[in-house]
Amino acid sequence: MEIFRVKKDIPFMKYSKISAVISITTFILAIFFITLRGLNLGVDFTGGTMMEISYPEAANIENIRETLKEIDLKDTQVQNFGTEEDVLIRLPIREDLSIAELSEKVSTALKSSNNKMEVKRVESVGSQVGDELYENGALAVLFVCIGIMLYLTMRFEWRFAIAAIMANMHDVIIILGFFAFFQWEFNLTVLAAVLAVLGYSVNESVVVFDRVRENFRKMRKSPVADVINNAITRTMSRTIMTHLSTQTVVISMLIFGGEILNNFALALTIGILFGIYSSIMVGCPMAMWLGTNQNNLAISAPERKKENTEL
Amino acid sequence: MNQANVSNRSAPWRYFLILTTLLLSLLFVMPNFYGESHAIQVMPIKAGEKIDTSLLQTIEETLEKSEIKNTGSILENFNIKVKFQTAEEQLKAKSLIQNTLGKEYVVALNLVSNSPDWLSNIGALPMYLGLDLRGGVHFLMQVDLSKALEKTTTSYLSEFRAQLRKEKIGYYDATKNNDIMQIKFKSTDELKKGKNIIRNINDNFDFQELSINDEIILKIIISDKTKKSITEFAIKQNLETLHNRVNELGVAEPLIQQQGFDRIVIQLPGVQDTAKAKEILGRTAILEMRMVNEDNFDPTVFEEGNEDQIPINSEVFEDRFGNSILVKKQVILTGERITNAGPGVDSLTGQSIVSITLDGKGASVFKQVTRENIGKRMALLLIEKNLTEVVTAPVIRSEIGGGRVQITGMRNAQEATDIALLLRAGSLAAPMEIIEERTVGPSMGKENISRGVQSTIWGFIAIIIMMAIYYMVFGVISVIALSVNLLFLVGLLSALQATLTLPGLAAIALTLGMAIDANVLINERIRDEIRNDNTPQACINNGYEMAWGTIVDSNITTMIAGLALFMFGSGPIKGFAVVHVLGILTSVYSAIFVSRAIVNYIYGNKRGKIKLSIGEIFKVDNN
Repeated sequence: MEIFRVKKDIPFMKYSKISAVISITTFILAIFFITLRGLNLGVDFTGGTMMEISYPEAANIENIRETLKEIDLKDTQVQNFGTEEDVLIRLPIREDLSIAELSEKVSTALKSSNNKMEVKRVESVGSQVGDELYENGALAVLFVCIGIMLYLTMRFEWRFAIAAIMANMHDVIIILGFFAFFQWEFNLTVLAAVLAVLGYSVNESVVVFDRVRENFRKMRKSPVADVINNAITRTMSRTIMTHLSTQTVVISMLIFGGEILNNFALALTIGILFGIYSSIMVGCPMAMWLGTNQNNLAISAPERKKENTEL
Repeated sequence: MNQANVSNRSAPWRYFLILTTLLLSLLFVMPNFYGESHAIQVMPIKAGEKIDTSLLQTIEETLEKSEIKNTGSILENFNIKVKFQTAEEQLKAKSLIQNTLGKEYVVALNLVSNSPDWLSNIGALPMYLGLDLRGGVHFLMQVDLSKALEKTTTSYLSEFRAQLRKEKIGYYDATKNNDIMQIKFKSTDELKKGKNIIRNINDNFDFQELSINDEIILKIIISDKTKKSITEFAIKQNLETLHNRVNELGVAEPLIQQQGFDRIVIQLPGVQDTAKAKEILGRTAILEMRMVNEDNFDPTVFEEGNEDQIPINSEVFEDRFGNSILVKKQVILTGERITNAGPGVDSLTGQSIVSITLDGKGASVFKQVTRENIGKRMALLLIEKNLTEVVTAPVIRSEIGGGRVQITGMRNAQEATDIALLLRAGSLAAPMEIIEERTVGPSMGKENISRGVQSTIWGFIAIIIMMAIYYMVFGVISVIALSVNLLFLVGLLSALQATLTLPGLAAIALTLGMAIDANVLINERIRDEIRNDNTPQACINNGYEMAWGTIVDSNITTMIAGLALFMFGSGPIKGFAVVHVLGILTSVYSAIFVSRAIVNYIYGNKRGKIKLSIGEIFKVDNN
C-alpha cells in the first residue's frame, strides 16, 4: 500500500506566496486574539486555588455557590468538570487567608453541607510561585529556541536555523492563539505540550531540510525551488505516516486521558497539524527567500559520509 | 552507493548486547506486575535508630494474640513492614501496634510491592509513582530567613548588654535595625573596651565607629559569611523540625528537602487528612521564655487601650484565659534550646504538666535566671503567625539547675500532649508559610493511572495496526522495535526509580507516537532504494545508512527541548521531561539498533533474488 502516489514533484514553492499570505494572516489573527482576549491562565501561573470535588450523584452547583457565599468567599467560579458528578471550584488568592487555610475552609464548609462530598484534587499556588513558574516557562521557551538554532546552524547553516525557528514560532503562536480564542485553560501541563511541540515541529523541518541538503548534492544544476519541491514530495509519505501515528496516540489521549490531559492533547493536536503545514509552507519558502542554495549547503558533503559508515 | 554484494549480517556481539539489554529490562519491568499489598510500617521516632528482631517478635506476637493474620513481614535496618490481606486488617493492626509500642515508635500505613525478594534484593523495584498517581499531599514552604537574622541579632544584643554591664562599661543605648546593631558609649575609651568585649563573644562582626553630634556610636554589622551560616543553620533546623513533625503524622515514605535558597518541599504520599497535616506542618510556632514585668502591673491600664502607659521595655500579651500580662521584651531563651519535651502528671497536685529538657547553654542560662528571680513569674510565649500567646506564666519557686523544667498550668492531658509535641518537635528557627499545595485524593490517583495507561495502550494498538498494514513485514519489525522501546523505557524508569506522574504517562504515550518516526524514515528510505532498483541487501543497508543522519538530527533537536523542560520545569513539567528525555534515548537505540538486528536476522543471510516485504511500492516512471 502506498498512500501518496505522485508522478511528478508537487510544485509547493509555486504556492509559497499564497501560503505566505495565509501564514501571516493566521499569525496576526493569533497575536490579535492573544492580546485581545489574553490567555486563560490556570492557577499555576496566576496563583490561586483550584479544587476538584466529586459527589456520588449529580452535583448541585447552585448549592455549592450558596455555601461558598455563606462563608464569605467572593469571585469564585464553580462549574461541572467532565461529568455531572465532578465539580471544579476556582478561588483567587486572598490577602487575609493563606492558601492552606483557604482550601481547608472550603472543604470543611462543603463537607458540612453534604458529607458525601469527596475532595479529589487541590492545587493551590501562591502568587510568588505563580510568577516564578511563568518566568521559568518563558525561559524554557527561550532556551529551546536558542538551543535549536545553535544546533541547526552547526549542522546545516544559519538560513535553515532561522527558517526552522520561524516555522516553529509560527506553530507556538498559533497554539496560543487557539487557547486565547477558545479560552481553554493554559496551565503547566499545556506549557509542557507547547515545549514538546517546539521539539516535535523542528523535527519535521529537520527531516525536510536534510533531504534538501541531500538533493543539493545530487541536483547541482537545478533551481532551488525544484530541489525543495522534490525534497518535500519525497518525504511526503514519511510525513503523513509519522504524523498519523503521533496524532493517533494524541487522539487516544483525548479519548481516554480525562480532563487533566485534555488540554495537553489539544495543544499537541494543533501543534501537529500546523507543524506539518509550517515546516513545508513556512520553513522551506523562508529558507529559499533567505537565499539558501547549492553553494552554501552542499559543501560539507564528505563529512557526513564518514559518520554513516559506523552504523 | 554500495551496490553489489552487500550483506546485512549483524555481528554476534550486537545480538548479545540486544539480548542482554532486553533481559535486564524485563527483569526491571517485572516488579511492576506483582501488584501491592496493604502493610504497616513501624519506625522508631528518632530517625536513624536501628531496629532488631525482638521488636519484630513483639509485633508478630501482638498480632497473633488479636488474631490478625499477616501475610509476611520485612525487617529492614530502620523499619519493619508487615503485610496484610485487606485494608481493614491493615487499619486494625495499625491502631493495635501503635497502642502496644507506644509513643517511641511511628506506625504508618503503606503499600508494599508483592514482587519476590530476589527481585527486590537486586534493586528491581516497581516504578516510583508521583503523588498524582498514588494520592497524597505536596507542600512548598517559604522560610522567612529575615526573621532568623532578627532573632539572632536580638539574642546577641541582649548578650552584649549583659556583658557590658558585667564589665561595667559605660554605654547608654543599645538598639538594632534589621541586622545592624548599634551601641552608644559614654567615651571613645569605653567604646574600645566594649568592642573588645564584643569581639570576645564572637569574632565574626564588622565594626564601624561613628561620632555624630557628640555621640560615640559603635555599629556592629553581621558579616555576610555569618549571615550565610545563620540562614543555613535556620533552614537545617527547620528541616529537622519538619522531619520530627512528619514523624508524628505517621507517613511511610515522606520526602522533605530544601529547594533553592529558602524553600522546603514536603511530599506526603498516602496522606488523606490534609487538615491535620497542614495543622501540624504549618505550625509556625516560635517559643520564647521571657520574664513577666511585675514592677508596675495594672491590668486595667491595658484594657482601656492606654498604650502609652506600657513601659518601653515591655509588651502586653494575653494568656489563654484572656488575661493581659505585661512581659519584658528581653528574651531569656528560645525554643532552639529545648532538646526534649513530654507530657506528664504532677505527683503532688495531679495536674497535667509538660516537662522540658534544655541543652547545656540553655540549662546554664536558665539556672542563672531562676536564681536571680525567685518569686517572680516567667512567661512562656508561643508565637504563631504574628499572634503571640502566653501559654503559661508560672512563678519561679526555686533555682532550677540541670536543665530539667516542669511547666504547670495545663488545662488537661490533651493540651499537655499537644504542647509537648510542639516543643519536642522543636520550634522553628524561622517562620514558614505554605506557598504551594497540591493534594490528590486516593481515588483520583487510581483514575489517573488508568487514564494514562489506557491512552498508551490504545494509541499503541492503533499504531501496530497502521504500521503492519502499511509496511507489512517491515512494519511488524518496526512495531517489535517499538514494543522493545516501551520495555526499555519502563525498565529504565523502574531501574532509575524516576518519579512517574500523569504527564509522565502522557510522555510515554507520546514517545511511542514519536519514536515510530525513526522507523518510518528507515522504511521510506528502503522503499526509495527499491524504486531505484537496487539489490535487496543494498536497499536495506543504504536505507538504514541514509536515515541515520536524519534520525540523529531530529532526535537531538527534540532532546534540546526535552532538556530545557527538565531544567526549567517544575512539578508536572519535570515529570513529563524525565520520561520524554529517557524516551528519546531508548527510541533511538531500539529503532536503529534493534530493528536493524531483526531485519538482518530475517533477510541478512538470503542471497540473490528476494522480495522485501515492505508494502506495495508505487514507482515513478522516469520516462
